[in-house]
Amino acid sequence: MAGAGADSHAELPSDPDVAARAARPLHLRPSSMAWVFAGGVVGTALRYYGEVLLPHDGASWPWATFLINLAGAFVLGTLLEALARLGDDSGWRLRARLFAGTGGCGAFTTYSTFALEAVLLTRHGHLGTAIAYGLVSVVGGVLAAWLGIVAASAVHRRRVDS
Amino acid sequence: MIVVLTLLAGATGAVARFVLDSSVKRRWKTAFPWATVTINVTGSLLLGVLAGLVLFSGQPAGWQTVLGTGFCGGYTTFSTASFETVRLVQQKRPGLALVNALGSLVLSVAGCAAGLAAVWAL
Repeated sequence: MAGAGADSHAELPSDPDVAARAARPLHLRPSSMAWVFAGGVVGTALRYYGEVLLPHDGASWPWATFLINLAGAFVLGTLLEALARLGDDSGWRLRARLFAGTGGCGAFTTYSTFALEAVLLTRHGHLGTAIAYGLVSVVGGVLAAWLGIVAASAVHRRRVDS
Repeated sequence: MIVVLTLLAGATGAVARFVLDSSVKRRWKTAFPWATVTINVTGSLLLGVLAGLVLFSGQPAGWQTVLGTGFCGGYTTFSTASFETVRLVQQKRPGLALVNALGSLVLSVAGCAAGLAAVWAL
């Protein structure tokens, strides 16, 4: 309530346009939720058909989730780095981030199925595979996201130089 | 029909993650990505319960596909978790990065196992 005494009408906004925009945070706007939802449909569909193509039997390495998670981490790293280099987080860049990043990569990759596969591997007596799957996925995901960031900044630098 | 419901559930999960993650980050500005960790652990716990209901209580597997592959899959995220670990390293916080990477893994697997075990025990 700093300066409330100096302003005889402190309840009124100083700039009505700014206030109207700031009134509703990004994540509560129907439009941004719609972009995340649309990306979520695409991401879930790609993961669903990936799991259909390479189903997990509970005993061997869960290739579908493994490849999906690493690919999604790489794409998210590339996307966020590329968008950040192309300009501020507004307009089409914000919509692309919500659609392809938060919705698309977020729903394409999954932590819950990953955890369940590790649990089922353990339950079926493949503790070694479960531990290796967990650690290789986590380390691989971090490397993939980092490689994505490096790739996007390298492409951007080449474009700026030429 | 199952496929359509799964895709809609996945998209709903993604929106739930977006709203929860943004609300938490708005309220508590911490270096450690608590929101994503919480989302991944709770989603894994829920999937453990769903898998338990199918494995031990004879519930139809369609439930696990729609709510598990769909909702839990869209709600939890591996890509954001990996990205946030990289960001912690880039911000010269390797300890937090390690805690985030290993902590998410251990807690999510433990949560999923707990969900499965809870259904089995009941």
